Amino acid sequence: MKLETDRREFLKLAGLGGGVVFASTLWGGTLDGAENEFHFVQLSDTHWGFEGPPNPDARGTLPKAIEAVNALSRQPDFVVFTGDLTHTTDDAGKRNDRMKEFRDVAGKLRAKTVRFLPGEHDAGLDKGDAFQAHFGATHYTFDHKGVHFIVLDNVSDPGSIVGEAQLKWLEADLAKRKKDAPIAVLTHRPLFDLYPEWDWATKDGAAALALLEPFKHVTVFYGHIHQENHHTTGHIEHHSAASLIFPLPAPGSVPKKAPVAWDATHPYRGLGWREIEAYPGKGSFEIEEKTVSGAEEVKKASLAGILG
Amino acid sequence: MRRRAVSAAFAVILAAAAVLRAGAAEPRVVRIVAKRFTYTPSEITLKKGEPVVLELVSEDRVHGFKLPAFRIRTDVRPNEVTRVPLTPDKTGTFTFACDVFCGDGHDDMTGTLIVTE
Repeated sequence: MKLETDRREFLKLAGLGGGVVFASTLWGGTLDGAENEFHFVQLSDTHWGFEGPPNPDARGTLPKAIEAVNALSRQPDFVVFTGDLTHTTDDAGKRNDRMKEFRDVAGKLRAKTVRFLPGEHDAGLDKGDAFQAHFGATHYTFDHKGVHFIVLDNVSDPGSIVGEAQLKWLEADLAKRKKDAPIAVLTHRPLFDLYPEWDWATKDGAAALALLEPFKHVTVFYGHIHQENHHTTGHIEHHSAASLIFPLPAPGSVPKKAPVAWDATHPYRGLGWREIEAYPGKGSFEIEEKTVSGAEEVKKASLAGILG
Repeated sequence: MRRRAVSAAFAVILAAAAVLRAGAAEPRVVRIVAKRFTYTPSEITLKKGEPVVLELVSEDRVHGFKLPAFRIRTDVRPNEVTRVPLTPDKTGTFTFACDVFCGDGHDDMTGTLIVTE
């Protein structure tokens, strides 16, 4: 595994690493726990039920991505969907139908464990009732091979907050952790003010980050903004994933936020999913961005931005 | 009699001046109506340094009004008038948006504030 790490490091430094991004590179510990290394897959913002010109293959994109995940020679330990599983609707019956359909489609994943968390499209209009009926709790924790995963719900309150009750729950959970424990937060919206003008923020996200700040190895994986983005607040890293329905423009790059138009000459461009390699012994992660069909994304510009 | 007439005229002038002073001190009211998934008007033009009061009302459900450039955010509730004072201290074009998820079209619920010299 050391060889693998060195190869990645070389690729990163050489700017040849395609879609590979190192997370939590500040770590300076030992390689103990290397036997616990594992990988998982993040899928996000599938918006099942959406119809419109931004994606003429709206019902086909997620199945294609699932096919690609199933084709991985090494299956992930688990797959996580980071919110907006379904596209919102005022019709409660239709919302339930979309969630049932989504479950059926996601059920085709070969991975034995699939985890879900809500986006505002799933939970913002009914405070998460339908989501809970189909997928269970909207916030929870789980431990996997030495990494403590915390699923935070910042969407069931339509005001896009984590909320006092959940913050207390988070504080109580963190009180049981060692300060050097590797922690991964899975959530839908950015916990920092990425671009509040487009509602790309969580109103009380700073309170959640303040609770996480004392911990040495914290990485946040989220969705919502329909594009890859990498940001650091203090020593906490935040990595958003691409969508599987339509991409959105870079924050503030256009006067009005709207889906990026479908390009028939480059179908599915800007859409994708990611594989995440976890190194619990180091408290770090390595992200590999994939196209819908599973090819490795080449994003030299992004890498330069991250590494610069 | 003449003195009384002069006094009365003076009192009227004083009263008029008081009314004018009060009028000058009253900030202009800019009424904004929120309704899924629009603000009306969706474009507002103000002058830098001019104090105004944004009067926010909703015609259907709870919406948000977020204007990050001036650190303003508030809920906008039906059957309630929310008043927000604002004296723009910079010129430019700024976005305001609903930040209370209100359904399909929520992302389109934005408006523009233009502040001129």
